[in-house]
Amino acid sequence: MTTTALGLRLPRRWTARHGGRLVVRLALYAIVAAIFLVPLWSMVATAFSAADPKNGEVFLVPHGLSLGHLTTAWQLGMGRGLLNSLIVVTVGLTLQVTVSAFAAYALARKRFRGASLVLLALLATMMMPEEVISIPLYLLIGRMQLLNTYPGLILPIVGWALPIYVLTGFMRQIPLELEEAARVDGAGDLRIFFRLILPLSLPALGTCAVFGFLMIWDQYLLPLLVVQTPGMNTLTLVVTGLAASQEQGEGVRLAAAVVLMVPSILIYLGLQRLFERGLLSGSLKG
Amino acid sequence: MSALRTSAAPVALPAQRDRSGSRRTVPQRLGRSLTPWLFLAPALIFFGVFKFWPSIWGVYLSLFHVQPYLGDQWLGAANFTRTLDDPDLQAAVWHTVLDAFVQVAGSMLVGFVLALLLEGPARHLRILRTAVFLPAVIAMVAVAELWHALLFPGRYGAVNSLLGDVGLGPLPFLASPNSSLWTIMLVQIWKHAPYDMVIFIAGLVGIDRELYEQCSIDGANAWQRLWNVTLPALRPITTIVLILGLIRGLRVFTEIYVLTGGGPGGSTESIVTYVYRNVVVNNDIGYAAAISALLLAATILLTAVTLWWRRHRENA
Repeated sequence: MTTTALGLRLPRRWTARHGGRLVVRLALYAIVAAIFLVPLWSMVATAFSAADPKNGEVFLVPHGLSLGHLTTAWQLGMGRGLLNSLIVVTVGLTLQVTVSAFAAYALARKRFRGASLVLLALLATMMMPEEVISIPLYLLIGRMQLLNTYPGLILPIVGWALPIYVLTGFMRQIPLELEEAARVDGAGDLRIFFRLILPLSLPALGTCAVFGFLMIWDQYLLPLLVVQTPGMNTLTLVVTGLAASQEQGEGVRLAAAVVLMVPSILIYLGLQRLFERGLLSGSLKG
Repeated sequence: MSALRTSAAPVALPAQRDRSGSRRTVPQRLGRSLTPWLFLAPALIFFGVFKFWPSIWGVYLSLFHVQPYLGDQWLGAANFTRTLDDPDLQAAVWHTVLDAFVQVAGSMLVGFVLALLLEGPARHLRILRTAVFLPAVIAMVAVAELWHALLFPGRYGAVNSLLGDVGLGPLPFLASPNSSLWTIMLVQIWKHAPYDMVIFIAGLVGIDRELYEQCSIDGANAWQRLWNVTLPALRPITTIVLILGLIRGLRVFTEIYVLTGGGPGGSTESIVTYVYRNVVVNNDIGYAAAISALLLAATILLTAVTLWWRRHRENA
């Protein structure tokens, strides 16, 4: 039995004292679950209710199961927002991971003048998130005639230091012998990259995909600046737009928020192992 | 961050060097030294255009009265001197710094308690950990929307009706300038604490089990063990989480913009929401660029100090 920091471990023999402790622990678990899970659950339960809650009211049990709130939200632009967000995340993530993998190959497997400077410069961009450079970025996108376009939403998020950092660390650990053997067989850099390094880096690529998805899905300030017509709204903009209009009830607003929430949760639950590995490898938050 | 140091000594590729002997022609050698740059090119272009160029251009813009279509007007340092004399900005800086400290400290505290409570290999703990982590992966907009509903100031608001059941409230939460910023901090802690929990659990797992055993032999109680073994072992992680959190806290925007829009009465205005308001409402791009440039400088300074301090401590 492993000891934990609090020294919590299951006893070999049960006594009344152990029973008391167990009750305390179960109560603590219940409190934790209530604080972190019940709000999320109430959001889902309210979204799928037929009844319309008063402002600020949520249901713990759906009041009459119905897709009414969802369909209303759908008619108010949520479908379009979902489509736009999916386009942005698909293209953006593909570009982000591809560009990062190429860069990481050079940084991890090549010796060249300026390698450490390049890595330092790329990591330094961790300090330049959209929030800090939003104004010049907005003007730049305007000058490139990309306002209110998909490229305007996608191109700024392609360059991200985190996947480069994760992939470089991972590719460094691939044994040299494999590469040497391939070179003796006459393989060039591109071939080695695509046939050897990329397949071996799949777990790290998965980690980058999870983080990239969450990062792009979370985007708010950039779309807020770039999007000018409802047809280009991303899902985050639709959700806050519904809330701001004040015309829709709580049910419709929460239904839209549920649609925004579900893909992130599915990705996280599906790829949890990859996600946690990435989280701990750098303990970096974008 | 450790890559910063390891990069100084890249992996040696002996085989490659051996083979690039005298038999290779000049173009071949040139091609070889170009290869890494070709692989780096896409990244360098994207980072150059959408990260470095805007950063530099932002500093340049901050020296002008920016008027799209009319031509920019040179102001010199006027935008910067204006920041010194702007009570709204000073309030925004104060809110931002206070928010950064409280949300980071709060998240770490709650995350640490969660880690102690949910650490362990048992299956039910793993499931509970996974569930508790959900707020950390959900988009901030959805989190803000959820709590905007739950914290409705009226008596029917979900949280207020709970408080009513135990004879408290109703509290105004986001609706009052006195409680709005604190309410936002609670939402941030709810979202970020699970993240810190995972980091702390990783730290706890790394602690040598024999130290715990030794403690029990020495007759130390749970608190002594926590104080003398667990906390010191977690100190390096704590520092990193703290500083990264503070740096991240300086650029807070989404949750504030969605929950309160900076109100009521400017009580939750942060640096970035103030910048946004100056661009979108006041159309004062040069001034907003000056504030952003100062924010960027503050971020870089904080990071540099952190890196220096970590290196300093490791060498000591």
